[in-house]
Amino acid sequence: MFGKLTLDAFHHSSMIIVFANAIMIGTGLAVVAALTYYRKWGYLYREWFTTVDHKKIGVIYIVIALIFLLRGFIDASMVRAQQATAGPGMDGYLEAGHFAELFTGHGTMMIFFMAMPFLVGLMNIAIPLQIGARDVSFPLLNAVSVWLTAAAGALVMISLLVGSFSEAGWSGYTPFSGLAHSPGPGVDYWIWALQISGISTTLTGVNFVTTILKKRAPGMTLMRMPMFTWTVLCTSILIVVSFPALTAALALLALDRSAGTHFFTSIMGGDQMLYINMFWLWGHPEVYILVLPAFGIFSEVVTTYCNKRLFGYTSMVWATMAIAFLSFGVWVHHFYTMGQDPLRNSIFGIATMIIAIPTGVKIYDWIWTMFRGRIEYKLPMLWTLGFLITFVMGGMSGVLLAIPGADYKMHNSLFLVAHFHNVLIPGTMFGLLAGFYYWFPKVFGFRLDEKWGRHSFWGWLVGFYVAFVPLYMLGIMGMPRRMVTYDNPAWHFWLVIAAIGAMIVAYGIFAMFMQIYVSWRDREKNADLTGDPWGGRTLEWSIPSPPPEYNFAVVPEVRDRDAFMEMKVSNRAYERPAAYEDIHMPKSTPMPIVVAALSFVFGFAYVWHIWWLAGLCVLGTVAAVIVRSFNEETEFVIPAAEVEADEDAFHRRLKDADVFERIKDIEEYGDERTPNGQFVEPTTRATSGLPG
Amino acid sequence: MASSPSHDLNRVRAAARADSEVNFGFWAYLMSDVVLFSMLFLAYVNLSQRYAGGPTPGDIFSLHGVFLETMALLASSLTFGLAMVSLHQGKKNHIIGWLLATFLLGGFFLWHEVSEFVHIIHEGASFDRSGFLSAYFGLVGTHGAHVFFGMIWLLTMVAQVALRGLTPAIGSRLARLSLFWHFLDLVWICVFSTVYLPGLIQGGSA
Repeated sequence: MFGKLTLDAFHHSSMIIVFANAIMIGTGLAVVAALTYYRKWGYLYREWFTTVDHKKIGVIYIVIALIFLLRGFIDASMVRAQQATAGPGMDGYLEAGHFAELFTGHGTMMIFFMAMPFLVGLMNIAIPLQIGARDVSFPLLNAVSVWLTAAAGALVMISLLVGSFSEAGWSGYTPFSGLAHSPGPGVDYWIWALQISGISTTLTGVNFVTTILKKRAPGMTLMRMPMFTWTVLCTSILIVVSFPALTAALALLALDRSAGTHFFTSIMGGDQMLYINMFWLWGHPEVYILVLPAFGIFSEVVTTYCNKRLFGYTSMVWATMAIAFLSFGVWVHHFYTMGQDPLRNSIFGIATMIIAIPTGVKIYDWIWTMFRGRIEYKLPMLWTLGFLITFVMGGMSGVLLAIPGADYKMHNSLFLVAHFHNVLIPGTMFGLLAGFYYWFPKVFGFRLDEKWGRHSFWGWLVGFYVAFVPLYMLGIMGMPRRMVTYDNPAWHFWLVIAAIGAMIVAYGIFAMFMQIYVSWRDREKNADLTGDPWGGRTLEWSIPSPPPEYNFAVVPEVRDRDAFMEMKVSNRAYERPAAYEDIHMPKSTPMPIVVAALSFVFGFAYVWHIWWLAGLCVLGTVAAVIVRSFNEETEFVIPAAEVEADEDAFHRRLKDADVFERIKDIEEYGDERTPNGQFVEPTTRATSGLPG
Repeated sequence: MASSPSHDLNRVRAAARADSEVNFGFWAYLMSDVVLFSMLFLAYVNLSQRYAGGPTPGDIFSLHGVFLETMALLASSLTFGLAMVSLHQGKKNHIIGWLLATFLLGGFFLWHEVSEFVHIIHEGASFDRSGFLSAYFGLVGTHGAHVFFGMIWLLTMVAQVALRGLTPAIGSRLARLSLFWHFLDLVWICVFSTVYLPGLIQGGSA
């Protein structure tokens, strides 16, 4: 009846896990009680659980990401605390198995449930607004995606309570993740959490490829797209082409574990290297899936806060595409030491190093954009500067690791751990936070507090260096990654420093939550009434904050890059049409939460081999899709009068804030124009302006 | 909405275009499915010689059965093509007829495949016997599962055409199902030439 699930699964020998569960259940009950007390369930259901609005879906993604940022960070701190208190003559406070669950959970959560949802959340918020669309191509699919991510996250959460999580590392290498070596439910939880969130991401990729290629406002040619849109297009293509490799690898691993097949076993003709190749065929493009949109965010931030057009837009586009293409040709560098011949290693080593070239192009494009710009040191700009310096360092250690000979020394050491944190934290995390501060006023209608934001930035930046420079040192000193204890006394000092670094980052995270609270408390003072708090250049800043459900009362006409800035320059900004039209928008529906709930139960049932329940969930999902396909009343109409009333109110606010007067003075994009109205490419200007 | 039937038919035809927004999205999904199958082909090619002392392709494949399956699936692509021709002509009953014919041919294919599976499992060549057999069942089974879901989709579309008639939404869905069905045919050609032909040539029996 309940498969392998017995009361034993609820028994935890570690007091830490019992305590963590108490906190998790206590927080959950408190939230439920508060929602009930304030009678918010109806509101939540109508406005959030059933919504298909891309802006709200973006917010839900980011809420999921922030929850898992906390959980992933707690895991990281526990790992640091263990290594700082273990070593010669000390035992630390964790058992080896629990320690392994922590580093597995940290990696899994940070990649799949923090970085990805954060990224997809920002995509959801910004992309339709940047391309002048009223929603994504498939709003229902979008809602299915977000709730599938939530369901997958819930599987990770419940593994803390029922059973245990994987001990096989975030990459789940076979044969260790096979049944013979990991008989418990942990790897199964890991498989189904990743599988469900991976499918959700694939659907998101399909959705955004279609949205960007098919839903752009008239006049927005590919080479007029904002840089963030370009990078999200590349990322979405990468998602569509790489995530199925993960889906396949996980599905075959699940079959190995539950049906007794021999895809990746070490006996009966299985091939463990097959898994590792398939995993990194997805895993390496995934790195660029995470980092490219952050590059797009930095491009938006640099142009906005330097009041200039992007230097070398075309080279930036080509660099992005080149990185996306090359990302499929480097996966073997994750396992140089696993027995292929030197020729093959050399090929992949060279391919890996070549990626540094387009990345370098990007770095120079940002620097030249800043050069002679009027830089405003707002929060997103701080994160961008922190990124530039820190990321170059991480990139350098990456080129070092790309050399097979050097990698034989460095692989599986803390040097590697330092390297990928050194690219992913500035490259992805700083980018996501820059985007968070940049678009926050657009979504909520008020700016985030600068003071606490600066505290947060310095906490992250200083904490990062204090935490990870010691790991580079330890790697060079020969310390392998993932050690629960060690007997080399020379390592201990650096591990204590690294733990202090984690505490400084903790302050940065604390300051960020304080910042959100303080800004919310002072939301009247921080209000953004004009929809354009930063003097923005792209279309999302041409509409109110928060935007109405339909985004654009009239679909804008695009005439150049930096479309909104062009409108300001040519006095077309905020133009009103002769008459407004009715707008058709998709209706809310509970179908996505039904499908997500069924997926969660399916995952749970599969983990515990409750086959009848898993089967019912599959049937239920198919039935939900079929029932939905018979529903033809999927849209509703917002009448033209309502749109006009919204616009009237918006224009009154613009007038009160003197926006019309102020934009009259804007004569240029921040670049000079030639007499025939063409823009001078910043190249000439920047070069001629060089001192000496 | 008083529009003439021919005007409606034009809207249905427009919705069934392969490059409409929603159908473009479906192409993107099919690309992801291509990668999924590529991984399974990769697994098969990699594991196809790893018999672990168990049965080899020559022991379990029969060209006779595979030939019948292949013909049924190819014929089902033809019948689906005819269903789409009927859609463009606006002939509702013909569409239903051709969709049902497609369903039956798909059903024959699947029934044959499953009985082959049952047969070789009874002969001791189950998916847990060797890496080769795991990869064989994994690849061919995934294709079969796609055909199965395609058949559920076919029945749903038969019901929708019968109940709702030819609306643009249904024309658009039929265009996507058509893409999906032809795609499965294409994958099967790859399965045939990657799994069965080399297996039988090596095995030396037919």
